[in-house]
Parts: sequence; structure tokens; C-alpha cells
Amino acid sequence: MNETVYVIAFYILAAIVLFSAIGVVVLKNIVHSALLLALTFVGVAGIYVLLNADYLAAVQVMVYAGAIAILIAFGVMLTRRPNMKESNPFNSSAVVGFVVAAGLFGTMAWAILTTTFPLGLTAPTDEISVRGVAKLLLEDYTVSFEAAALLLTVAMAGAIIIAKGAKKA
Amino acid sequence: MTIGLTHFLVLGAALFCLGLFCALSKRNLIAILMGIELMLNAVNVNLIAFNKFVAPGSFEGQVFSIFIIAVAAAEVAVGLALVISIYRDRTTSSAEELNWLKL
Repeated sequence: MNETVYVIAFYILAAIVLFSAIGVVVLKNIVHSALLLALTFVGVAGIYVLLNADYLAAVQVMVYAGAIAILIAFGVMLTRRPNMKESNPFNSSAVVGFVVAAGLFGTMAWAILTTTFPLGLTAPTDEISVRGVAKLLLEDYTVSFEAAALLLTVAMAGAIIIAKGAKKA
Repeated sequence: MTIGLTHFLVLGAALFCLGLFCALSKRNLIAILMGIELMLNAVNVNLIAFNKFVAPGSFEGQVFSIFIIAVAAAEVAVGLALVISIYRDRTTSSAEELNWLKL
């Protein structure tokens, strides 16, 4: 019974993710694309829950579905365009792009389906994921963690200066 | 029928290719940024799936995903700032009109 629920949940979430991602690509109105992008992020958060990564699911909802979706909505609103219904057109090389993406998907699917992966190299633990992640982040990866914090600060300051324009000294 | 590593990897591959198609074939700069976000999400799905099925006792894959999320947030902020700056300068957000360096 539990296994059946897992299978059904996976297929529902995968359908949500893939169909809303297709909508992001093909819809003509960029506002609809931005809203479907937020739905894709929420679906990916559900996939993370299925993979026992509940902390990552919370981070995904807060950072992607919250902050990044809002930022993109602001970007859409701050750049005006004459016709909103045709605001997200394909460019002249759309056919080439489709062929490249479809070819890459075929290659990757073939490689995934013909490879046997080594499963379960380490024994599973009962530790909850946020505790394990915190231990790794603040012990083994402290320097990278601080570097990421520095990168975020610098990127935010840089984004403000680029968008606002720097004054002459 | 059980859901294994392969299912999650194929889902990640499909999401990555949709993002790639979006980034390659769209005219609007913001739509290109959306495609890049889709690709980064697909990478995260792959990392966490490998973490669960290959090394279920460790959390290294999830830590890598956190770094990817942090870098993606920085990237989208700077990218949108550039889009807004270009828009203020040229009143366009179309990637095909950004060809002033061409002769």
C-alpha cells in the first residue's frame, strides 16, 4: 500500500513538473510562463520530499518558489512591451534549439537506461536530513559555506549597482 | 513496479532538456533566464536522487544542492539587474536586438 502511494505520488509530481515546464517554454504570454515556472518549482519541491530531502524541499519553496519567482515577476513587470499576448516569442533558431535539446534528451535517456548504477554503497541512517546537512555545512564545508555567503552579499550589492546605475565619485 | 533511481534521472534529464530548449529558442531575455533556472533545478534533482539511492547514509548531495541554490539565487539577481539596465538603455528586452557590436 505504501509503495503504491509512493508510485502514484511520483507520477503525479513528475506530470506537474514536466507539463508546467512545457508550458513555460511554449506559452506566448510571459506572465503565464512566469506563473508556471513557480508551479514547476513547487513540483520539484515535492520530488525532493519523495527523495527524503525535506530540508531541501523547504529551501526550494522559500528560495525558488518564493524569492526567484517574485524576482522574475518583477523583471517582467519592469520591462514593458507593446503586445502582452505575444510577449514570449520563439527566435529564428527555434528549430535548431529543439533538435539539439531532443537529441541531448535521447542521448541522456539512452545512457541512463543502459547503465547499471551501484546502489546503496553506504548504509542508510535514521538521522533527519536537516541535522546531517547542518553537520556537514558547519564542519566539513565551513569555508565553502562562508564563500557562498560572501558570493550572495557581493551579488546583491552588484545587482543593486547594475540596476540603479553608479553615481560619479 | 517500484520507483528507482532511473525514474528520477530520466525526469531530471527531461527537465534539463526543456530548460535547454527554452534558453536556446526564446527571444525574451527573461525567458532565457527562466530556462537557466529550469536547468539548475534539473541538476538538483539528479544530485539528490544520487544521494538517496547511491549513498543513502550521507548528505553530501544535499549540501551540493544548497550551494547550487545559493549560486542560482545570485545568478538570477545579477541577470535581472542586467536585463533592467539594458532595458533602460535601449527600451528592449529581446536578445536578438542586442547586436550593436556587429558590423
